[in-house]
Amino acid sequence: MITLDFLISAISLGSLYALIALGLVIVYGILKLVNFAYGELIMIAGYTLFVLSGFSSLAWLIMAIVAVIAAMATSYMTELVAFRPVRTKSLTAMLITSFAVSTLLQNAAVLIISPRARPVPLPEVFDQSVHIFGADVPVRNILIIVSTVLLLALFTLLLRKTVLGMALRAASDNFRMTRMLGVSANLVISVAFVISGFFAGVASLFWVGRAASVTPTIGGAPLLIAFVATVIGGMRSLEGAVVGGYVYGIVYSLLSLLLPQYLLDYREAFMFLIVILILLFRPEGLIRANVTPERVG
Amino acid sequence: MKFPTRLSKWFSSNSTLVLLVATLVVISLVTGLFAGTLLNRIITVLFVNLILVVGLQIFMGNSGVLSFAHIGFMGIGAYASVLFSLTPQAKAATLPDLYPFLAHVHLPFLVSLLIGGLIAALVAAVFGYPLMRLSEAAGAITMFAFLVIIHVVLVHWSTVTNGPRTLFGVDHFTFLWNSTVFGLLAVFIGYWFKESNLGLMLRASRDDRHAAASVGVNMIVVRWIAFTISAFLAGFAGGLWAHFITSFSPNSFYLTTTFTILTMLVVGGPGSISGAVFGTVVVTLVYEGLRGIESYVNLSNLFPVALVGFTEVFMSASLIIILILRPSGIMGGKEITWSKKQDDKLNEGA
Repeated sequence: MITLDFLISAISLGSLYALIALGLVIVYGILKLVNFAYGELIMIAGYTLFVLSGFSSLAWLIMAIVAVIAAMATSYMTELVAFRPVRTKSLTAMLITSFAVSTLLQNAAVLIISPRARPVPLPEVFDQSVHIFGADVPVRNILIIVSTVLLLALFTLLLRKTVLGMALRAASDNFRMTRMLGVSANLVISVAFVISGFFAGVASLFWVGRAASVTPTIGGAPLLIAFVATVIGGMRSLEGAVVGGYVYGIVYSLLSLLLPQYLLDYREAFMFLIVILILLFRPEGLIRANVTPERVG
Repeated sequence: MKFPTRLSKWFSSNSTLVLLVATLVVISLVTGLFAGTLLNRIITVLFVNLILVVGLQIFMGNSGVLSFAHIGFMGIGAYASVLFSLTPQAKAATLPDLYPFLAHVHLPFLVSLLIGGLIAALVAAVFGYPLMRLSEAAGAITMFAFLVIIHVVLVHWSTVTNGPRTLFGVDHFTFLWNSTVFGLLAVFIGYWFKESNLGLMLRASRDDRHAAASVGVNMIVVRWIAFTISAFLAGFAGGLWAHFITSFSPNSFYLTTTFTILTMLVVGGPGSISGAVFGTVVVTLVYEGLRGIESYVNLSNLFPVALVGFTEVFMSASLIIILILRPSGIMGGKEITWSKKQDDKLNEGA
């Protein structure tokens, strides 16, 4: 049965997935790098919340802001230290580097903090729910939807109205041409990584909020989600990532509702089967971007 | 030509193979004769990993496509071989819901291993064929998706895998001597593939698919053959490993192992069999050394907290450094050799 609370929870899941996918695709669009270390940014933000909760005097909002900044800083650092030196080498080298960065960050968390789950502080509103048209809707779901819409609007403004946004769009369209026109490659790529970290950080606030805890491997699931969503939507466009995120969230919710019990466990396998089929038969995804595929050389 | 001349000619034209086999045989012999139990186990696993790394090299080194699915095939091979090698009594204990037609099958170790490898190869051949035309990012993501799908199926198909829980009661069949023999065979297969027309065609399509197509190379078919052979080796190695470790769960065939095997190949250099061999040896030694230090530190209570994850942090950091400083690995895509006539152009790495 499709009810209002199902609808809202599906859309909020889609919003979260859209944020996650957007962060992955902004780097992919420019660098053609599928960043396997992306999920670890979500983990870093979660652990920042855990560490800050030791200083319990801080308001949650401040902790959240610091957590997002930590994800952005980590993303920038990985670009600076690991990805920049291999950027001109083969794509395979870059992919393996991101895989290595992912393992490095995960095990650094194991080493420094603990392999076991750690609690993260949550604001009180996360546990509350409101009554809308006779349905009990968690405030958290509404918060996700509202903040996603706000962030997407702001991000669109950034891309459309600022010089930096224009440079980013130009770089994902034709990187070499953009460089010839005097845009610094390092700057554009760094900005892309910082924005990627920002989306990961914001998504993390909601993601770790679901279980109220953080583990070293928490980044795995959102990474897979981002893969699926970007492939569904079309890997070459930012709009595609957002659409893909929503489609994934809604399809996944529908599968959970409609699949018989014994197939429910195979949901992830189904989603990845869809990924393979799309890459085979419609590699440009749902949203066809008008760009030439090209790597930074 | 007289036999001795022919023999010496074969030796000098296949000096790579001779040197690699000699190195491996020495490692195995020294271990078998002098080493204690722990080192014996480490070297046994080294040879199992060697099969995996050489298998991965056959596909990745020659085609230039990154394959994440490989460890999934290892898992398939492990579970499939165990289904045939377990005694009916052990099956009743560990897999009570097993399909009746499998419940009473009991085959010898070697046959089970071959079946495991063949099933892995079959899965790779059937589901991998459509993936063969994808490269770069799309190729990497589909391969990753393949790994995730295999993992999800292994975790949830409880009837044959015991689900996410540990499958136990597997007989211990794999020892140093037979893993050495199979490891050497894998090196032979990898070397043969690289020197064969197939390998040459695959490398040609890697370097320039259009030029290769213009001289009649069907890239998709050549890639597919390499993928299937490499999946067979992975499945076989999986079976071998299963009969060494004797109890395991689907998590053994996921990202951690993928990372280890990929590190071995990349550190050694994916472009050559020598790279695969030396990468396996070097990474195993460093990895086990660090693990030894880690457990020593933890046992002696040098630090107030347990040191967990240190090995992985070190390994991934060194992998990044290798990729930055020497992206084609220790061997740089070349084979070790003593003859000077080696045609370097044919052996350049990815």
